[in-house]
Amino acid sequence: MKRKSTLNRRSFLTRTSAIGGALYLGGCDKLSQSPSFRDLLDQAEGVTMGVQRFVLTSRSLAREFSEKDISSTFKANGSTGVDDPTYEKNASEKFANWKLVVGGLVERPMSLSLDDLHRLPARTQITRHDCVEGWSAIGKWKGAQFSALLQTVGLKPNARYLVFHCADMLEPGSPYYESIDLIDAFHPQTILAYDMNDAPLSVPHGAPVRLRVERQLGYKHAKYVMRIEAVSSFAFVAGGNGGFWEDRGYEWYAGI
Amino acid sequence: MEAASIGASATRTDGPTVVYRHALPVRIAHWINVVCLFILLMSGLQIFNAHPSLYLGSASDPSQRVLSMGAVREADGTPVGVTTIGNLRFRTTGVLGLSKGIGGELENRGFPSWITIPSYRDLATGRRWHFFFAWLFVLNGLAYFIYSIWSGHFRRDLVPTQTQVRHIGHDILDHLHLHFPKGEQAKHYNVLQKLAYLLVVFVLLPLTILAGLTMSPGLDAAFPFLLDIFGGRQSARTVHFICASGIVLFVFVHVVMVLVSGVWNNLRSMVTGRYRIEPAE
Repeated sequence: MKRKSTLNRRSFLTRTSAIGGALYLGGCDKLSQSPSFRDLLDQAEGVTMGVQRFVLTSRSLAREFSEKDISSTFKANGSTGVDDPTYEKNASEKFANWKLVVGGLVERPMSLSLDDLHRLPARTQITRHDCVEGWSAIGKWKGAQFSALLQTVGLKPNARYLVFHCADMLEPGSPYYESIDLIDAFHPQTILAYDMNDAPLSVPHGAPVRLRVERQLGYKHAKYVMRIEAVSSFAFVAGGNGGFWEDRGYEWYAGI
Repeated sequence: MEAASIGASATRTDGPTVVYRHALPVRIAHWINVVCLFILLMSGLQIFNAHPSLYLGSASDPSQRVLSMGAVREADGTPVGVTTIGNLRFRTTGVLGLSKGIGGELENRGFPSWITIPSYRDLATGRRWHFFFAWLFVLNGLAYFIYSIWSGHFRRDLVPTQTQVRHIGHDILDHLHLHFPKGEQAKHYNVLQKLAYLLVVFVLLPLTILAGLTMSPGLDAAFPFLLDIFGGRQSARTVHFICASGIVLFVFVHVVMVLVSGVWNNLRSMVTGRYRIEPAE
Protein backbone atom coordinates (compact mmCIF):
# COMPACT_ATOMS: atom_id res chain seq x y z
CA MET A 1 0.00 0.00 0.00
CA LYS A 2 2.83 2.32 1.00
CA ARG A 3 4.70 1.41 -2.14
CA LYS A 4 1.73 2.16 -4.35
CA SER A 5 1.22 5.58 -2.85
CA THR A 6 4.91 6.42 -3.34
CA LEU A 7 4.67 5.43 -7.00
CA ASN A 8 1.54 7.49 -7.48
CA ARG A 9 3.19 10.37 -5.79
CA ARG A 10 6.23 10.02 -8.03
CA SER A 11 4.24 9.81 -11.21
CA PHE A 12 2.13 12.73 -10.02
CA LEU A 13 5.29 14.77 -9.48
CA THR A 14 6.73 13.78 -12.85
CA ARG A 15 3.52 14.63 -14.64
CA THR A 16 3.08 17.89 -12.80
CA SER A 17 6.60 18.99 -13.64
CA ALA A 18 6.18 17.94 -17.28
CA ILE A 19 2.90 19.84 -17.62
CA GLY A 20 4.33 22.76 -15.67
CA GLY A 21 7.39 22.83 -17.90
CA ALA A 22 5.30 22.83 -21.08
CA LEU A 23 3.01 25.57 -19.76
CA TYR A 24 6.04 27.56 -18.67
CA LEU A 25 7.69 27.35 -22.08
CA GLY A 26 4.55 27.97 -24.10
CA GLY A 27 3.59 30.69 -21.66
CA CYS A 28 6.91 32.46 -22.09
CA ASP A 29 6.50 32.49 -25.88
CA LYS A 30 2.96 33.85 -25.53
CA LEU A 31 4.10 36.48 -23.07
CA SER A 32 6.97 37.39 -25.38
CA GLN A 33 4.43 38.31 -28.03
CA SER A 34 1.95 40.08 -25.77
CA PRO A 35 2.28 43.87 -26.24
CA SER A 36 1.34 44.68 -22.65
CA PHE A 37 3.83 42.17 -21.23
CA ARG A 38 6.54 43.51 -23.53
CA ASP A 39 5.75 47.00 -22.26
CA LEU A 40 6.31 45.71 -18.75
CA LEU A 41 9.63 44.07 -19.66
CA ASP A 42 10.69 47.25 -21.47
CA GLN A 43 10.38 49.20 -18.21
CA ALA A 44 13.73 47.70 -17.21
CA GLU A 45 15.46 49.77 -19.88
CA GLY A 46 14.48 53.03 -18.17
CA VAL A 47 15.75 51.74 -14.82
CA THR A 48 19.03 50.59 -16.38
CA MET A 49 19.52 53.89 -18.16
CA GLY A 50 18.65 55.91 -15.07
CA VAL A 51 21.11 53.98 -12.92
CA GLN A 52 23.89 54.00 -15.54
CA ARG A 53 23.48 57.71 -16.16
CA PHE A 54 23.65 58.23 -12.40
CA VAL A 55 26.96 56.39 -12.03
CA LEU A 56 28.46 57.59 -15.33
CA THR A 57 29.83 61.09 -15.31
CA SER A 58 29.99 62.90 -18.62
CA ARG A 59 33.76 62.42 -18.36
CA SER A 60 33.78 58.65 -17.65
CA LEU A 61 35.73 57.18 -20.52
CA ALA A 62 35.48 53.75 -22.06
CA ARG A 63 38.75 51.91 -21.52
CA GLU A 64 41.39 52.63 -24.14
CA PHE A 65 43.83 49.94 -25.15
CA SER A 66 47.34 49.88 -26.62
CA GLU A 67 48.44 49.11 -30.20
CA LYS A 68 49.32 45.52 -29.31
CA ASP A 69 45.74 44.84 -28.22
CA ILE A 70 44.24 45.63 -31.64
CA SER A 71 42.31 42.60 -32.92
CA SER A 72 43.86 40.94 -35.97
CA THR A 73 40.40 40.31 -37.36
CA PHE A 74 37.53 42.71 -36.75
CA LYS A 75 34.25 41.31 -38.02
CA ALA A 76 32.29 43.74 -40.19
CA ASN A 77 28.78 43.10 -38.93
CA GLY A 78 25.39 44.24 -40.21
CA SER A 79 25.65 45.74 -43.69
CA THR A 80 29.03 45.28 -45.33
CA GLY A 81 28.25 47.42 -48.34
CA VAL A 82 25.69 49.73 -49.87
CA ASP A 83 23.69 48.75 -52.93
CA ASP A 84 23.17 52.22 -54.33
CA PRO A 85 24.64 53.80 -57.53
CA THR A 86 25.36 57.19 -55.91
CA TYR A 87 27.15 55.52 -53.00
CA GLU A 88 29.10 53.27 -55.34
CA LYS A 89 30.15 56.25 -57.46
CA ASN A 90 31.28 58.12 -54.32
CA ALA A 91 33.17 55.07 -53.11
CA SER A 92 34.96 54.71 -56.46
CA GLU A 93 36.07 58.36 -56.14
CA LYS A 94 37.29 57.68 -52.58
CA PHE A 95 34.47 59.95 -51.38
CA ALA A 96 36.24 63.05 -52.80
CA ASN A 97 32.88 64.42 -53.96
CA TRP A 98 30.80 63.11 -51.08
CA LYS A 99 29.17 65.49 -48.62
CA LEU A 100 27.85 64.88 -45.11
CA VAL A 101 24.62 66.82 -44.62
CA VAL A 102 23.97 68.27 -41.16
CA GLY A 103 20.57 69.79 -40.59
CA GLY A 104 17.40 69.82 -38.52
CA LEU A 105 17.37 71.91 -35.36
CA VAL A 106 20.74 73.58 -35.97
CA GLU A 107 21.63 77.26 -36.36
CA ARG A 108 23.83 76.74 -39.44
CA PRO A 109 22.81 73.76 -41.58
CA MET A 110 25.73 72.68 -43.74
CA SER A 111 27.27 70.08 -45.99
CA LEU A 112 30.75 68.92 -45.07
CA SER A 113 33.25 67.19 -47.30
CA LEU A 114 35.60 64.54 -45.96
CA ASP A 115 38.30 67.25 -46.01
CA ASP A 116 36.10 69.50 -43.88
CA LEU A 117 35.73 66.68 -41.36
CA HIS A 118 39.48 66.16 -41.37
CA ARG A 119 39.93 69.85 -40.53
CA LEU A 120 37.81 69.52 -37.35
CA PRO A 121 39.62 68.65 -34.09
CA ALA A 122 40.33 64.94 -34.24
CA ARG A 123 40.60 62.22 -31.63
CA THR A 124 42.31 58.84 -31.90
CA GLN A 125 41.23 56.02 -29.59
CA ILE A 126 41.85 52.29 -29.36
CA THR A 127 38.65 50.88 -27.96
CA ARG A 128 36.67 47.69 -27.59
CA HIS A 129 33.66 47.25 -29.84
CA ASP A 130 30.97 45.15 -28.15
CA CYS A 131 28.41 43.57 -30.42
CA VAL A 132 24.98 42.92 -28.96
CA GLU A 133 25.51 39.30 -30.08
CA GLY A 134 28.18 38.94 -27.42
CA TRP A 135 31.54 39.21 -29.19
CA SER A 136 34.10 41.99 -28.80
CA ALA A 137 36.89 43.30 -31.03
CA ILE A 138 39.47 46.00 -30.44
CA GLY A 139 40.16 48.63 -33.09
CA LYS A 140 41.88 51.96 -33.48
CA TRP A 141 39.62 54.79 -34.55
CA LYS A 142 40.41 58.30 -35.66
CA GLY A 143 37.75 60.86 -36.43
CA ALA A 144 36.27 64.29 -35.96
CA GLN A 145 35.19 65.02 -32.43
CA PHE A 146 31.44 65.10 -32.57
CA SER A 147 31.22 67.92 -30.02
CA ALA A 148 33.36 70.08 -32.36
CA LEU A 149 31.00 69.39 -35.24
CA LEU A 150 28.03 70.34 -33.06
CA GLN A 151 29.74 73.58 -32.06
CA THR A 152 30.34 74.35 -35.75
CA VAL A 153 26.69 73.95 -36.69
CA GLY A 154 25.26 75.22 -33.40
CA LEU A 155 22.33 73.36 -31.83
CA LYS A 156 19.02 75.12 -31.42
CA PRO A 157 17.75 75.17 -27.81
CA ASN A 158 15.04 72.57 -28.48
CA ALA A 159 17.44 70.01 -30.01
CA ARG A 160 17.55 66.87 -27.82
CA TYR A 161 18.76 64.07 -30.06
CA LEU A 162 21.02 63.58 -33.05
CA VAL A 163 19.68 61.20 -35.66
CA PHE A 164 22.13 59.49 -38.03
CA HIS A 165 20.67 58.63 -41.42
CA CYS A 166 22.70 55.97 -43.18
CA ALA A 167 23.09 54.73 -46.73
CA ASP A 168 22.79 51.03 -45.99
CA MET A 169 19.63 48.97 -45.88
CA LEU A 170 19.51 45.76 -43.86
CA GLU A 171 15.93 45.35 -45.03
CA PRO A 172 14.47 46.63 -48.31
CA GLY A 173 12.86 50.02 -47.78
CA SER A 174 14.31 50.47 -44.28
CA PRO A 175 17.50 52.52 -44.33
CA TYR A 176 19.67 52.08 -41.28
CA TYR A 177 19.49 54.88 -38.75
CA GLU A 178 20.45 55.55 -35.18
CA SER A 179 20.08 58.26 -32.57
CA ILE A 180 21.94 59.46 -29.49
CA ASP A 181 21.10 62.08 -26.90
CA LEU A 182 23.17 65.15 -26.06
CA ILE A 183 24.99 63.45 -23.17
CA ASP A 184 26.56 60.95 -25.56
CA ALA A 185 26.81 63.48 -28.40
CA PHE A 186 29.10 65.73 -26.34
CA HIS A 187 31.11 62.89 -24.79
CA PRO A 188 34.82 63.24 -25.61
CA GLN A 189 35.05 59.73 -27.11
CA THR A 190 32.11 60.29 -29.45
CA ILE A 191 33.63 60.79 -32.89
CA LEU A 192 32.75 60.51 -36.54
CA ALA A 193 35.46 58.05 -37.47
CA TYR A 194 37.05 58.28 -40.91
CA ASP A 195 40.09 56.11 -40.14
CA MET A 196 40.23 52.59 -38.75
CA ASN A 197 43.54 51.00 -37.75
CA ASP A 198 45.51 53.83 -39.45
CA ALA A 199 43.80 53.45 -42.82
CA PRO A 200 40.77 55.19 -44.31
CA LEU A 201 37.61 53.44 -43.15
CA SER A 202 36.87 50.56 -45.53
CA VAL A 203 33.47 49.98 -47.13
CA PRO A 204 32.64 46.92 -44.98
CA HIS A 205 33.28 48.99 -41.85
CA GLY A 206 31.09 51.91 -42.97
CA ALA A 207 33.04 54.22 -45.30
CA PRO A 208 33.29 57.16 -45.47
CA VAL A 209 32.35 57.79 -41.81
CA ARG A 210 30.82 55.85 -38.97
CA LEU A 211 29.77 56.97 -35.53
CA ARG A 212 31.76 55.80 -32.52
CA VAL A 213 29.82 56.07 -29.26
CA GLU A 214 32.08 54.00 -27.07
CA ARG A 215 29.97 53.45 -23.98
CA GLN A 216 27.24 51.66 -25.91
CA LEU A 217 26.87 48.47 -27.95
CA GLY A 218 27.89 48.10 -31.58
CA TYR A 219 24.53 48.75 -33.21
CA LYS A 220 24.61 52.36 -31.97
CA HIS A 221 27.81 52.90 -34.00
CA ALA A 222 26.00 53.78 -37.23
CA LYS A 223 27.99 53.08 -40.42
CA TYR A 224 27.70 54.81 -43.83
CA VAL A 225 26.46 58.05 -42.18
CA MET A 226 25.08 60.35 -44.89
CA ARG A 227 22.99 62.86 -42.97
CA ILE A 228 22.80 64.02 -39.39
CA GLU A 229 19.62 65.60 -38.13
CA ALA A 230 19.14 67.37 -34.81
CA VAL A 231 15.62 66.71 -33.50
CA SER A 232 13.58 67.38 -30.38
CA SER A 233 12.14 63.85 -30.50
CA PHE A 234 12.70 60.80 -32.67
CA ALA A 235 9.10 59.64 -32.34
CA PHE A 236 8.37 60.52 -35.97
CA VAL A 237 11.53 59.07 -37.50
CA ALA A 238 10.94 55.67 -39.19
CA GLY A 239 9.46 53.26 -36.61
CA GLY A 240 9.71 55.88 -33.88
CA ASN A 241 12.03 54.00 -31.54
CA GLY A 242 15.22 55.84 -32.41
CA GLY A 243 17.01 53.29 -34.55
CA PHE A 244 16.81 50.43 -37.04
CA TRP A 245 17.35 47.77 -34.36
CA GLU A 246 15.35 49.70 -31.78
CA ASP A 247 12.38 49.43 -34.17
CA ARG A 248 12.96 45.68 -34.01
CA GLY A 249 12.84 45.34 -30.24
CA TYR A 250 16.36 46.25 -29.11
CA GLU A 251 17.02 48.82 -26.40
CA TRP A 252 17.51 52.44 -27.39
CA TYR A 253 19.87 52.79 -24.45
CA ALA A 254 22.52 50.26 -25.39
CA GLY A 255 24.91 50.75 -22.48
CA ILE A 256 24.08 47.20 -21.38
CA MET B 1 12.39 37.56 15.73
CA GLU B 2 12.40 34.31 17.67
CA ALA B 3 9.96 32.79 15.23
CA ALA B 4 12.44 33.21 12.42
CA SER B 5 14.87 30.90 14.08
CA ILE B 6 15.02 27.38 12.80
CA GLY B 7 13.32 25.15 15.30
CA ALA B 8 12.85 27.94 17.79
CA SER B 9 9.41 26.75 18.74
CA ALA B 10 10.18 23.06 18.81
CA THR B 11 9.51 21.09 21.93
CA ARG B 12 10.84 17.70 22.80
CA THR B 13 8.18 15.00 22.58
CA ASP B 14 8.22 11.41 21.51
CA GLY B 15 6.19 11.84 18.33
CA PRO B 16 6.99 14.01 15.34
CA THR B 17 7.02 17.71 16.12
CA VAL B 18 6.31 20.59 13.81
CA VAL B 19 8.65 23.55 13.95
CA TYR B 20 8.50 26.95 12.30
CA ARG B 21 11.49 26.67 10.03
CA HIS B 22 11.48 29.46 7.45
CA ALA B 23 10.49 33.05 8.19
CA LEU B 24 8.08 34.71 5.77
CA PRO B 25 10.66 37.06 4.17
CA VAL B 26 12.94 34.09 3.46
CA ARG B 27 10.06 32.14 1.91
CA ILE B 28 9.05 35.04 -0.31
CA ALA B 29 12.65 35.66 -1.37
CA HIS B 30 13.07 31.94 -2.12
CA TRP B 31 10.12 31.74 -4.52
CA ILE B 32 10.92 35.01 -6.27
CA ASN B 33 14.41 33.58 -6.70
CA VAL B 34 13.03 30.38 -8.23
CA VAL B 35 11.14 32.37 -10.88
CA CYS B 36 14.04 34.74 -11.53
CA LEU B 37 16.71 32.04 -11.80
CA PHE B 38 14.66 29.96 -14.23
CA ILE B 39 13.96 32.93 -16.46
CA LEU B 40 17.49 34.32 -16.17
CA LEU B 41 18.96 30.94 -17.10
CA MET B 42 16.71 30.40 -20.10
CA SER B 43 16.82 33.95 -21.45
CA GLY B 44 20.57 33.89 -20.79
CA LEU B 45 20.91 30.85 -23.03
CA GLN B 46 18.95 32.71 -25.73
CA ILE B 47 21.50 35.54 -25.45
CA PHE B 48 24.39 33.05 -25.46
CA ASN B 49 23.00 31.48 -28.63
CA ALA B 50 23.53 34.76 -30.52
CA HIS B 51 27.26 33.99 -30.33
CA PRO B 52 27.69 30.50 -28.91
CA SER B 53 31.39 30.79 -28.06
CA LEU B 54 33.32 31.83 -24.96
CA TYR B 55 36.77 33.43 -24.76
CA LEU B 56 39.35 34.67 -22.28
CA GLY B 57 40.59 38.27 -22.34
CA SER B 58 39.10 41.52 -23.61
CA ALA B 59 38.20 40.62 -27.19
CA SER B 60 36.88 37.52 -28.97
CA ASP B 61 40.27 36.38 -30.21
CA PRO B 62 39.83 32.91 -31.79
CA SER B 63 43.11 31.78 -30.20
CA GLN B 64 41.61 32.55 -26.78
CA ARG B 65 38.43 30.57 -27.36
CA VAL B 66 37.58 28.16 -24.55
CA LEU B 67 34.20 26.87 -25.68
CA SER B 68 32.13 26.91 -28.82
CA MET B 69 29.05 25.24 -30.24
CA GLY B 70 28.15 24.94 -33.85
CA ALA B 71 27.15 22.70 -36.72
CA VAL B 72 29.40 21.23 -39.39
CA ARG B 73 28.71 18.98 -42.37
CA GLU B 74 30.26 15.55 -42.53
CA ALA B 75 31.81 14.26 -45.75
CA ASP B 76 28.45 12.79 -46.83
CA GLY B 77 26.65 16.07 -46.17
CA THR B 78 24.99 15.08 -42.89
CA PRO B 79 24.96 18.03 -40.50
CA VAL B 80 26.30 17.32 -37.02
CA GLY B 81 26.35 19.45 -33.89
CA VAL B 82 29.82 19.93 -32.47
CA THR B 83 30.77 21.34 -29.07
CA THR B 84 34.39 22.26 -28.47
CA ILE B 85 35.77 22.76 -24.96
CA GLY B 86 39.45 23.71 -25.05
CA ASN B 87 40.97 21.15 -27.39
CA LEU B 88 38.26 18.56 -26.88
CA ARG B 89 35.57 18.07 -29.50
CA PHE B 90 32.26 16.40 -28.78
CA ARG B 91 29.47 15.40 -31.13
CA THR B 92 26.38 16.91 -29.58
CA THR B 93 23.83 16.64 -32.40
CA GLY B 94 20.28 17.10 -31.14
CA VAL B 95 21.27 19.01 -28.03
CA LEU B 96 24.12 21.48 -28.53
CA GLY B 97 25.15 23.16 -31.77
CA LEU B 98 22.44 21.54 -33.86
CA SER B 99 18.95 20.74 -32.67
CA LYS B 100 15.33 20.81 -33.71
CA GLY B 101 13.67 24.20 -33.58
CA ILE B 102 10.00 24.77 -32.80
CA GLY B 103 9.17 24.01 -36.45
CA GLY B 104 10.71 20.54 -36.06
CA GLU B 105 13.54 21.33 -38.48
CA LEU B 106 17.17 20.87 -37.47
CA GLU B 107 18.77 24.27 -36.98
CA ASN B 108 22.15 25.63 -36.11
CA ARG B 109 21.78 26.83 -32.54
CA GLY B 110 23.87 26.65 -29.36
CA PHE B 111 21.34 25.48 -26.80
CA PRO B 112 18.11 23.76 -27.88
CA SER B 113 14.80 25.61 -28.11
CA TRP B 114 13.22 23.85 -25.12
CA ILE B 115 15.66 25.56 -22.78
CA THR B 116 15.61 29.10 -24.19
CA ILE B 117 13.24 32.06 -23.76
CA PRO B 118 11.73 32.67 -26.24
CA SER B 119 11.93 29.14 -27.64
CA TYR B 120 12.54 30.55 -31.15
CA ARG B 121 15.57 32.66 -31.94
CA ASP B 122 14.98 36.23 -30.79
CA LEU B 123 17.92 37.97 -29.13
CA ALA B 124 16.10 41.28 -28.58
CA THR B 125 13.30 39.61 -26.62
CA GLY B 126 15.73 37.38 -24.72
CA ARG B 127 17.56 40.50 -23.59
CA ARG B 128 14.33 42.17 -22.50
CA TRP B 129 13.42 39.16 -20.33
CA HIS B 130 16.94 38.86 -18.97
CA PHE B 131 17.35 42.48 -17.89
CA PHE B 132 13.89 42.80 -16.37
CA PHE B 133 14.34 39.68 -14.26
CA ALA B 134 17.94 40.61 -13.49
CA TRP B 135 16.63 43.75 -11.80
CA LEU B 136 13.98 41.76 -9.92
CA PHE B 137 16.62 39.22 -8.89
CA VAL B 138 19.03 41.91 -7.65
CA LEU B 139 16.35 43.81 -5.72
CA ASN B 140 15.10 40.55 -4.21
CA GLY B 141 18.67 39.64 -3.28
CA LEU B 142 19.24 43.01 -1.65
CA ALA B 143 16.04 42.71 0.37
CA TYR B 144 17.11 39.19 1.44
CA PHE B 145 20.56 40.42 2.49
CA ILE B 146 19.21 43.33 4.49
CA TYR B 147 16.62 41.11 6.17
CA SER B 148 19.13 38.33 6.89
CA ILE B 149 21.68 40.64 8.48
CA TRP B 150 19.05 42.52 10.48
CA SER B 151 17.26 39.39 11.70
CA GLY B 152 20.39 37.38 12.34
CA HIS B 153 19.37 34.71 9.78
CA PHE B 154 22.90 34.53 8.35
CA ARG B 155 24.64 34.35 11.71
CA ARG B 156 22.14 32.04 13.39
CA ASP B 157 21.15 29.69 10.58
CA LEU B 158 23.91 29.71 7.96
CA VAL B 159 27.22 29.99 9.80
CA PRO B 160 28.36 26.48 10.80
CA THR B 161 28.98 25.88 14.48
CA GLN B 162 32.38 24.68 15.68
CA THR B 163 30.93 21.30 16.53
CA GLN B 164 29.52 20.98 13.02
CA VAL B 165 32.89 21.83 11.44
CA ARG B 166 34.61 19.20 13.60
CA HIS B 167 32.19 16.50 12.48
CA ILE B 168 32.16 17.38 8.82
CA GLY B 169 33.58 13.97 7.79
CA HIS B 170 30.76 12.16 9.56
CA ASP B 171 28.24 14.47 7.92
CA ILE B 172 29.57 13.75 4.44
CA LEU B 173 29.24 10.00 5.04
CA ASP B 174 25.69 10.44 6.33
CA HIS B 175 24.81 12.43 3.25
CA LEU B 176 26.28 9.85 0.90
CA HIS B 177 24.13 7.20 2.56
CA LEU B 178 21.12 9.52 2.37
CA HIS B 179 20.76 9.42 6.16
CA PHE B 180 19.12 12.64 7.17
CA PRO B 181 19.22 14.05 10.68
CA LYS B 182 16.30 13.51 13.00
CA GLY B 183 15.28 14.93 16.32
CA GLU B 184 17.26 17.83 17.75
CA GLN B 185 19.77 17.84 14.87
CA ALA B 186 17.08 18.24 12.25
CA LYS B 187 16.16 21.61 13.69
CA HIS B 188 19.22 23.18 12.09
CA TYR B 189 20.75 23.05 8.67
CA ASN B 190 23.55 20.49 8.62
CA VAL B 191 27.06 21.64 7.88
CA LEU B 192 27.05 20.65 4.19
CA GLN B 193 23.81 22.53 3.67
CA LYS B 194 25.22 25.57 5.41
CA LEU B 195 28.40 25.53 3.35
CA ALA B 196 26.46 25.07 0.12
CA TYR B 197 24.10 27.94 0.94
CA LEU B 198 26.96 30.20 2.02
CA LEU B 199 28.83 29.44 -1.20
CA VAL B 200 25.80 30.23 -3.32
CA VAL B 201 24.67 33.31 -1.38
CA PHE B 202 28.06 34.93 -0.85
CA VAL B 203 30.14 33.71 -3.79
CA LEU B 204 28.27 32.25 -6.74
CA LEU B 205 25.35 34.68 -7.03
CA PRO B 206 27.35 37.89 -6.38
CA LEU B 207 30.05 36.74 -8.81
CA THR B 208 27.45 36.02 -11.48
CA ILE B 209 26.00 39.51 -11.03
CA LEU B 210 29.42 41.20 -11.10
CA ALA B 211 30.48 39.29 -14.21
CA GLY B 212 27.18 40.19 -15.83
CA LEU B 213 27.65 43.87 -15.03
CA THR B 214 31.15 43.72 -16.52
CA MET B 215 29.62 42.87 -19.91
CA SER B 216 27.96 46.30 -19.94
CA PRO B 217 30.04 48.83 -21.90
CA GLY B 218 28.39 51.62 -19.88
CA LEU B 219 29.35 50.16 -16.50
CA ASP B 220 32.86 49.38 -17.76
CA ALA B 221 33.30 53.11 -18.32
CA ALA B 222 31.86 53.94 -14.90
CA PHE B 223 33.80 51.24 -13.02
CA PRO B 224 36.88 50.24 -15.04
CA PHE B 225 38.12 48.03 -12.17
CA LEU B 226 35.39 45.54 -13.10
CA LEU B 227 37.43 44.71 -16.20
CA ASP B 228 40.54 44.15 -14.05
CA ILE B 229 38.71 41.84 -11.65
CA PHE B 230 37.78 39.45 -14.45
CA GLY B 231 40.61 40.08 -16.91
CA GLY B 232 38.49 41.61 -19.67
CA ARG B 233 34.93 41.63 -20.95
CA GLN B 234 35.10 38.29 -22.71
CA SER B 235 36.59 36.64 -19.60
CA ALA B 236 33.68 38.13 -17.65
CA ARG B 237 31.26 36.59 -20.15
CA THR B 238 32.96 33.22 -19.60
CA VAL B 239 32.85 33.61 -15.80
CA HIS B 240 29.15 34.56 -16.02
CA PHE B 241 28.50 31.35 -17.95
CA ILE B 242 30.53 29.18 -15.55
CA CYS B 243 28.82 30.71 -12.49
CA ALA B 244 25.43 30.17 -14.09
CA SER B 245 26.40 26.52 -14.65
CA GLY B 246 27.39 26.35 -10.98
CA ILE B 247 23.97 27.67 -10.00
CA VAL B 248 22.32 25.05 -12.22
CA LEU B 249 24.38 22.36 -10.51
CA PHE B 250 23.39 23.72 -7.09
CA VAL B 251 19.71 23.83 -8.02
CA PHE B 252 19.91 20.26 -9.33
CA VAL B 253 21.49 18.93 -6.12
CA HIS B 254 19.14 21.07 -4.03
CA VAL B 255 16.06 19.66 -5.77
CA VAL B 256 17.37 16.09 -5.49
CA MET B 257 17.95 16.58 -1.76
CA VAL B 258 14.45 18.02 -1.38
CA LEU B 259 13.03 14.98 -3.19
CA VAL B 260 14.92 12.36 -1.18
CA SER B 261 14.55 14.00 2.23
CA GLY B 262 10.78 14.35 2.17
CA VAL B 263 9.37 16.38 -0.65
CA TRP B 264 6.05 17.39 0.95
CA ASN B 265 7.62 18.30 4.25
CA ASN B 266 10.23 20.44 2.51
CA LEU B 267 7.76 22.08 0.16
CA ARG B 268 5.37 22.83 2.99
CA SER B 269 8.14 24.36 5.06
CA MET B 270 9.05 26.69 2.20
CA VAL B 271 5.38 27.62 1.68
CA THR B 272 3.92 27.80 5.19
CA GLY B 273 7.14 27.78 7.16
CA ARG B 274 6.16 24.63 9.04
CA TYR B 275 8.55 21.67 9.03
CA ARG B 276 7.92 18.29 10.60
CA ILE B 277 10.70 16.69 12.56
CA GLU B 278 10.85 12.97 13.21
CA PRO B 279 11.95 12.01 16.69
CA ALA B 280 15.52 10.80 17.11
CA GLU B 281 15.85 7.01 17.39
